[in-house]
Amino acid sequence: MAMAALRREGRRLAPLISPQSLTALRSSLISEEQIPQGVRSISTQVVRNRMKSVKNIQKITKAMKMVAASKLRAIQTRAENSRGLWQPFIALLGDTPSVDVKKNVIITVSSDKGLCGGINSTAVKISRAVHKLNSGPDKETKYVVLGEKAKAQLVRDSKKDIEIILTELQKNPLNYTQVSVIADDILKNVEFDALRIVFNKFQSVVSFLPTMSTILSPEIVERETESGGKLGELDSYEVEGGETKSEILQNLAEFQFSCVLFNAVLENACSEQGARMSAMDSSSRNAGDMLDRLTLTYNRTRQASITTELIEIISGASALEG
Amino acid sequence: MFRRATTLLGRPLLAARARRFSTDLPAAPTADSQFVEAWNKVVPNLDPPRTPLAFMTPRPATPSSIPSKLTVNFMLPYSSEKSGKEVGFEIELLRRIFALADLLEDKEKAWNRGLIFSFDVDMVIIPATTGQMGVLPGHVATIAELKPGILSVHSENEVTKYFVSSGFAFIHANSVADIVAVEAVPVDQIDSSLVQKGLQEFTQKLNSATTDLEKAEAQIGIDVHSALNAALSG
Repeated sequence: MAMAALRREGRRLAPLISPQSLTALRSSLISEEQIPQGVRSISTQVVRNRMKSVKNIQKITKAMKMVAASKLRAIQTRAENSRGLWQPFIALLGDTPSVDVKKNVIITVSSDKGLCGGINSTAVKISRAVHKLNSGPDKETKYVVLGEKAKAQLVRDSKKDIEIILTELQKNPLNYTQVSVIADDILKNVEFDALRIVFNKFQSVVSFLPTMSTILSPEIVERETESGGKLGELDSYEVEGGETKSEILQNLAEFQFSCVLFNAVLENACSEQGARMSAMDSSSRNAGDMLDRLTLTYNRTRQASITTELIEIISGASALEG
Repeated sequence: MFRRATTLLGRPLLAARARRFSTDLPAAPTADSQFVEAWNKVVPNLDPPRTPLAFMTPRPATPSSIPSKLTVNFMLPYSSEKSGKEVGFEIELLRRIFALADLLEDKEKAWNRGLIFSFDVDMVIIPATTGQMGVLPGHVATIAELKPGILSVHSENEVTKYFVSSGFAFIHANSVADIVAVEAVPVDQIDSSLVQKGLQEFTQKLNSATTDLEKAEAQIGIDVHSALNAALSG
């Protein structure tokens, strides 16, 4: 634009200004504004900057992968060790995901931090589906959200259904005490007939299984036992201790909840680290690929400018000779 | 003469159990079909989540005759490396954990790996809230709440004693006993001087307690410590 204007102006002013002064003016303007036509040196500055930033990103993702890997190792043994804890309850009370009750509470277990692949959105998706599955005209389904990420996703469309939000679970290493406190908190503040804990069960570093555990309230356990459904076998058990059977069932349900939640939280934390590890691994790999491509472009550009310069020199020389 | 009769009788059964083909796997269901069906109707584009049943190790069926050994599954959470600094916990169980955790000389030694410890034993004595309960193979199916006390495992001529803080014991009809405890420690790892000290401390606390909560806390501490004391002396 400026060049064209200048040329136009120049043409108008040509009789007034001597040609020498015009070229001087032109070169002083050009060095600031634009590369003149015919000169084909290409700036490599942009590409170099880009390469530098990609390299830095790669360094960061590699470090994050290492951190996730070491955290995973610590938490994996704990998660695996806690797997025995819920089995007796399933052996005794059975697995009842299809139980039909009025008040459902969905406990979505998620992570506080992002950059860990799709585990949080999977948990949220499953929770929403469970919500849909258990909603009806006379039913009431609520959420209890553990973790920042599920909160961010669930608040958007089902804010009114969220009962409790608990975050910063993993500030300290997870332990049974802490989880029991959370379990107690939930039991005290939420009315439920069935608790459904949605979490990602750790299978390997690259795979997690979305899982739902169901915990029934003592009243529902009693009802199901009497009606002789899935829990019909429970009637054959003698109950020791406690004043009444319902008291024992109450204790049992609370203990079961804390045990299952403990396992769920550990499994989810383990899946999170695994997912983060694989996500960071693939992003370092992507950064490497990008860096390769950029290096190629950079080198090609550099070579092109060298070649251009050589051609110019040679053709200049041959013109002089000829 | 008949001492080996049970093992001889058991042998063909064991052999039959060992000879298994991949085709005759136990037909244990890994998912609740009713649930999967309902799920697919409501959310057809999403796979149904797994349920705990899918990860459950199948339990043996109730044998027709009483087996010679009782299978005891002992489950513990990975209990904490003593994180007793927190306040505000109210579950009775937790008090018991802390009261116990303070007593361990070496926290690392705590028998708290949280794995399933499964053994075939002759008898276990369970500290139920109603009193000590001996469990032999073929025991009637029972649900028992545990109180702080000694869990002794008798196998052959060995007796192993553990102090458990609290939990539940389920005895199934198939001679399998599941014991879920919050914490368990072999009795020989408990330091008696620390027990005495703790007992005094909690007695003092009970005397100076003003609120109901404090009283209850101190009472639990005393309960655990006196149970420990009894375990050590007895």
